[in-house]
Amino acid sequence: MNRTLDDDPAIDLKPLLEIIDEYKNQRGAVIPVLQRTQETYGYLPKPALKEISKRLRIPLSRLQGVATFYAQFHLKRRGRHLIRVCDGTACHVKGATKLVNVIEENLELKAGGSSPDYKYSLEIVYCVGSCGLAPVVIVDDRVVGQAEPDKLVRQLKRIED
Amino acid sequence: MGKVANLESLQQVYFEAIPLLANRRAQGGPAEKPLNGKCDVLICGGTGCVASSSRDVREALLVEIERRGLKEDIRVITTGCHGFCAKGPLVVVYPQEVLYCQVKASDAPRIVSETLIGKQILEDLVYQHPQSKERFPVYHEIPFYRHQLRLSLRNCGLINPEDIREYIARQGYFALGKALTQMSPREVIEVVKDSGLRGRGGAGFVTGIKWEITQRSPIRPKYLVCNADEGDPGAFMDRSILEGDPHSVLEGMIIAGYAIGAEAGYIYCRAEYPLAIQRIKIALAQAYEYGFLGENILGSGFSFDIYLREGAGAFVCGEETALLASIEGRRGEPRPRPPFPSVSGLWSKPTNVNNVKTYGLVPQIILNGAEWFRGFGTPNSPGTATFALTGKINNIGLIEVPMGITLREIIYDLGGGIPKGKAFKAVQTGGPLGGCLPAEALDTPVDFDSLVQAGATMGSGGMIVVDEDTCMVEFAKYFLTFASAESCGKCVPCRIGGRRLLEVLNRISNGEGKPEDLDEIEYISRNMKEASLCALGQLTPGPVVASLRFFRPEYEAHIYERKCPAKVCKGLITYRVIEENCTGCMVCKRNCPAGAISGEKRQVHYIDPNICERCGICIEVCKFDAIMIE
Repeated sequence: MNRTLDDDPAIDLKPLLEIIDEYKNQRGAVIPVLQRTQETYGYLPKPALKEISKRLRIPLSRLQGVATFYAQFHLKRRGRHLIRVCDGTACHVKGATKLVNVIEENLELKAGGSSPDYKYSLEIVYCVGSCGLAPVVIVDDRVVGQAEPDKLVRQLKRIED
Repeated sequence: MGKVANLESLQQVYFEAIPLLANRRAQGGPAEKPLNGKCDVLICGGTGCVASSSRDVREALLVEIERRGLKEDIRVITTGCHGFCAKGPLVVVYPQEVLYCQVKASDAPRIVSETLIGKQILEDLVYQHPQSKERFPVYHEIPFYRHQLRLSLRNCGLINPEDIREYIARQGYFALGKALTQMSPREVIEVVKDSGLRGRGGAGFVTGIKWEITQRSPIRPKYLVCNADEGDPGAFMDRSILEGDPHSVLEGMIIAGYAIGAEAGYIYCRAEYPLAIQRIKIALAQAYEYGFLGENILGSGFSFDIYLREGAGAFVCGEETALLASIEGRRGEPRPRPPFPSVSGLWSKPTNVNNVKTYGLVPQIILNGAEWFRGFGTPNSPGTATFALTGKINNIGLIEVPMGITLREIIYDLGGGIPKGKAFKAVQTGGPLGGCLPAEALDTPVDFDSLVQAGATMGSGGMIVVDEDTCMVEFAKYFLTFASAESCGKCVPCRIGGRRLLEVLNRISNGEGKPEDLDEIEYISRNMKEASLCALGQLTPGPVVASLRFFRPEYEAHIYERKCPAKVCKGLITYRVIEENCTGCMVCKRNCPAGAISGEKRQVHYIDPNICERCGICIEVCKFDAIMIE
């Protein structure tokens, strides 16, 4: 995972300010605020973290600590479509590794990274709890069960922006 | 809907809600009055079935019912998980109680015309036993369900989890009413203590005692936390309950809140469960609307709030002190205990932390009494155990069984045995922090103490079955890879120990194992177990230690003979063409991603072991069984 903050082009802070406003007086709001921020921007841009730090009065170093601790948070820009391959026990046994290899090869990316055109990002996740359907791939929010390598790649390539 | 102000108005709501379920009956339960000729069609809306397109089936059924003008007579209801995920999408037709498996949207017209109108059973959609080929049309007669005892899961798959009235029709919130109006907090705790209920998160601490410790603390405010950070690979019990019967968990939490004198509760659910989160949100909104949450619940003067917090993807947050740190908005790192959260938890206030299933069982215990609960299971582990059965087993899915049942009964009677006639090798309980048990241990009764004694753990309920084709070194390595990657890094034994242990295992599976490696494994494991800060570090070596204990010869074969008996470890196997079988069809040569196969048309092919990546594609594509692994 990326351990440093990226330099980013300017972002529109307006939606962020609304999020911060909503959680301003709540205890332990840091993680929900980061989650909402990532929902809005797709990742956690540096200017957003700075703004959260200032307005919630939390040192930037602590925010960075939290953001890098949890697998969910991303400090780097990600692709428009997120492909998550489950490598939980059941999926592993049923060939998750092969799915990853095929996707990496065909979409020109590496697990944990994005394709050059930022159309796709690929992540390996542990157990999404759909073991009965192994091997499982989640494309954006759609679960593809009993995934077959060739068919999956065709499906992925068909996704439109 | 206005607020339910007292017990009488809850009764009123109950009587109004009963007709909703009149057609459906609990498995094995008495038939309630059928509605005149009307039918309920239940479609599974659990994560598994949704992934196998159950929503399309639902749409198709609605279209067909609409087309035939039967909207008044047939209700289509989305339920939670039935547990039989591999056979999904599942459809159950009431009042006949017929279960259809692997239903496709294109089956919808037939289901409407034949079953709903014609009252005929569609044989091809009915569950068929994999060995005996016998067909079982009736839901609760299917062997997978017949051996189960569903307490935690009693409403899963039966009610619409997004309709609080259906939960109330199952006597939902009656336990809350009883506790708030007829019992003192002390009495509630006594009942839970007498029931012998032990924490379903895995450790098995007596729930009533935990509540008592929190209740006795003079410090205020007090908090309550529901641990729904189900992170074990291969486990989906908590998710299914939250998706299928979220109100039972809320009710249990509110009762617990009353008993210990807490002001607020948090549900910490992992973000990877979007459907469970959505259903919790709906359930929370309905519970507030009906007045089961908020101010002056049921006119008792007791007020309670529940907040939902989504995890952010850290396995260690299933550990209670790490979970609390995460709710507070910090890195999810555990801290030493004591003090336990019951004494000093969330924001240093007394906090009761229980698992989803523990809270879910509380309402039934309050309603039916401690003796009723003790009537199930064993004296030291009363009640039921819920398992997510997965791996190399015929009936993958979610099961609930009385404690004390043997592993053999679970795997063969419920699970339907091992597919393709393969031999059973081991069963892993307790997930990546548990342990495996060999065939000799199949008659071990399943309860908290017997499993630990046998060398495994109860865990929160993952049960993974592996067959003869699984290499135990590779299997242990898989869990270790997972657990060591999830180490939070705070304490040294866990952070470094896991790494070192993984290095040793990698060495063994690559064929570079040394005779002293087995002692090394035991040495590192002992130190991790004794010196790690939390259960994650203490239990990370568990799967390795258990597999070494029961499958030592397999480890030795890797080290001394440089052989992987299960033919899995890539460093120890070679692919070879069986010359008599090879027809020279070139299929393997064309498909080999590494270009390791050579040979002319109609000539015997050859695999170059130096180029071969041991991916197994050639075996898959060969039609003549002409490739073998040595």
